[in-house]
Amino acid sequence: MAEPLIAVRGLCKSYGGIIATDNLDLAVSRGEIHAIIGPNGAGKTTLINQISGSLRPDAGVIRLEGRDITALPPHARCRLGLARSFQITSIFTDFPVIENVALCVQARTGHSYRFWRPVGDDAGLNARALASLERVGLAGRRDHIAGHMSHGEHRQLEIAMALATDPKALLLDEPMAGMGPEESARMVEIIAGLGADHAILLIEHDMDAVFALADRITVLVSGRAIASGPPDEIRANDAVQRAYLGDAGPDLD
Amino acid sequence: MDWTLLVIQTLNGLQLGVLLFLLAAGLTLVFGIMDFINLAHGSLYMVGAFFCATIASLTGSFLLGVLAALPLTFAVGLAVELVVVRRLYARDHLDHVLATFGLILFFDAATQLIWGPEGIAIALPDFLDGRVSLGLGIEFPTYRLVIILVGLAVAAGLAYVVGATRIGMLIRAGASNRRMLGALGVDVNRLFTVVFAAGATLAGLAGLMMAPITGAYVGMGNNILIVALVVIIIGGIGSVRGAFIAALVIGMIDTMGRAFLDSAMKLVLSQQNAETAAPALSAMLIYILMAGILAVRPQGLFAPKGR
Amino acid sequence: MAVSLRSGVTLGVLAGFAALPILTELFDQPYYLDIAMRMMCLAIAAVSLNLALGFGGMVSFGHAVFIGIGAYAVGIPAYYGEYSGFIQIPLAMGAAGLFALVTGAICLRTRGVYFIMITLAFAQMAFFALVSIEEYGGDDGLVIDTRSEFGGLIDLEQTATLYYLILAALIVSLYLVRRIVASRFGRVIRGAKSNDERAQAIGLDSYRYRLACYVISGALCGLAGALLGNFTGFISPDMMDWTRSGELIFMVVLGGAGSLFGPVLGAAAFLILEEFLSSLTIHWQFIFGPLLILMVLYGRGGIDGLLGDRTGGDRHG
Repeated sequence: MAEPLIAVRGLCKSYGGIIATDNLDLAVSRGEIHAIIGPNGAGKTTLINQISGSLRPDAGVIRLEGRDITALPPHARCRLGLARSFQITSIFTDFPVIENVALCVQARTGHSYRFWRPVGDDAGLNARALASLERVGLAGRRDHIAGHMSHGEHRQLEIAMALATDPKALLLDEPMAGMGPEESARMVEIIAGLGADHAILLIEHDMDAVFALADRITVLVSGRAIASGPPDEIRANDAVQRAYLGDAGPDLD
Repeated sequence: MDWTLLVIQTLNGLQLGVLLFLLAAGLTLVFGIMDFINLAHGSLYMVGAFFCATIASLTGSFLLGVLAALPLTFAVGLAVELVVVRRLYARDHLDHVLATFGLILFFDAATQLIWGPEGIAIALPDFLDGRVSLGLGIEFPTYRLVIILVGLAVAAGLAYVVGATRIGMLIRAGASNRRMLGALGVDVNRLFTVVFAAGATLAGLAGLMMAPITGAYVGMGNNILIVALVVIIIGGIGSVRGAFIAALVIGMIDTMGRAFLDSAMKLVLSQQNAETAAPALSAMLIYILMAGILAVRPQGLFAPKGR
Repeated sequence: MAVSLRSGVTLGVLAGFAALPILTELFDQPYYLDIAMRMMCLAIAAVSLNLALGFGGMVSFGHAVFIGIGAYAVGIPAYYGEYSGFIQIPLAMGAAGLFALVTGAICLRTRGVYFIMITLAFAQMAFFALVSIEEYGGDDGLVIDTRSEFGGLIDLEQTATLYYLILAALIVSLYLVRRIVASRFGRVIRGAKSNDERAQAIGLDSYRYRLACYVISGALCGLAGALLGNFTGFISPDMMDWTRSGELIFMVVLGGAGSLFGPVLGAAAFLILEEFLSSLTIHWQFIFGPLLILMVLYGRGGIDGLLGDRTGGDRHG
């Protein structure tokens, strides 16, 4: 098996007496969709925040393509090929949809210390932005102000933006949150399509989606990985059954 | 080394520090709990001074002036909160800044309208006007010593209220997490009003204590407000303890700097250069200190957790 | 070509400025020329602040410091007998830009309210520093008897010439800001203002871009100061007093923060209001203060907001 694209070793994070991440090891390879599941408060978003760089771990190492990124700020990690989508929609609400995505493309194509030429005319940026929008099915909304769309469309935009930064690895934090069955099905299709080219770390509560998409599943409870393996193994695992049916652990998320 | 001068300047530094604390305490509490920047805090400093001056000259008693000015300033603080400030809690900080800037203009103009442009001097009663012997041949103005003692007493009182009473607990909780307060069933509006008015009173106290030294004049609070802002930036917004420590440190550094910097600089620079540079440098000292601290800890030294 | 209300007002105001010297000559009212020059200088300052504040979301409460630096960059050389505008103007913009770079590097590491207060504190620092330098007049300020000289190309001692230079600078500033806002850089700045966490998450080092924006804004404001110094002939630390900074913010918000021409309207409206109220009473701030409060409470879109909705295209031009 090739060197994992995302590799996490010994990750620890606690808040006062509460342990959010408990000595976690994780690996995601290119072409793999690795899902993280667990009860509320298990520390899933905290994990993503540490990998993306918005949260500093207390201990542990995070590697991207073998390179130690533990001390790098979020923007540097993105430039190295790590993109994320947010659990609570985080977009440029006052920009039109196309500009949301165009800014992502722009961020990855050279620097932006250009003060003279109007960026709205940049055909290259717009074309690539449109391509990302088409991939998630939002091309028709390109000129809408992003803040004025439905929740489902926001989630789609989140993915489009993550894609537009041309990443190697994707961190998707509950992309299907708040979606109806039809929208969820479409999202599953989109993510499945991405799986071949990227390493994807997926947090989701929607179990149908998880079992449809994941090559590997890790179950997180109270910051600790209690089980990790292919979907069938996880489905049959006793400890996992208990974790979901029994005590949910302290609230951390 | 002139020890007498050193002791006196240390006490002066303490006096300035204590004064800054009185101003900063109200500012940091209002900030910490209501997330509200009140630039007009300096206007309340001025209002306290003018109330005291007026009543002192009407009754002939400085003490009466002090005792009456405090509740009057409290009332003005109440009015300001109820009429203007409470409409702005939900707004962004730019709105706070602009609105309280408008309040400053209003208060400055109103003060000038009522009391005229000249300002008022306050005469100290005899028993406060003298000097106290501190031993070793050092004498210090009685009144300044009183300011120090009053300031420290208020600081102790505030520490008690914030640390050991129920309302203090609400204040500390609010400084960390405002939304929780509402969720706990506390009458948040009333708490905010009281905190604001209390902060205003502290500012007024600072103003009226300084008035016998500087006189009460229009705009007297505006410049010292900025120093108070530096204090709470360094101390950490929302932290009364941070405000106390930062206030004393700044009071000391500012006073010592102005007193001794040119002598210190003359050791390394020529007489003329030192004399030109020293006043400018000592004026800039506290801001350089602030910049240095922020470079290392952008949230200030003692910011409450959760910020 | 359909002319929107906004474009009409913009052109109208600029045309008005352009025609004013002729009109005041006709009606022998030179006083209005003075007001207009002051207006245009402050408009340039407001345009610069709007770049940082309106488009960049950086609430700088110490922007008047750049006016002061620009003015002293004319005054101090003049004090030593150096009157060349070719030295003074670049010095004004360079010194202001440098101050913005150094203080901005520290300020921009902070967020929200800390940023506001720190910009205020740094401006005060500069204010007190200049007040303590006796050599350059300290509190009393500096008088300059000769305006910037440009080697015979233009003669600023002629009021009309200075007037049109200031107007030209205003138009150039407006055009510059318009291009910056519409550029790649402008989009990054606007994005960072809209959602900084997201901007960083997509790979933008927003700190550096904001710093660059702050420096540009400071330098442009320094130009305003240099022109203002030339106009008034009297340079004092009061030009960078924090109440001046407050007035600048008021102008930007009154005109409509984040609009291109708003700052000019705001500066004009502010000065007209000030003139009008002071003619009524010496205690004009008694009315002005509450007016400001009312504007904050009820009039957030500013004058520009009254000129109609901004479409996507209009927003950047």
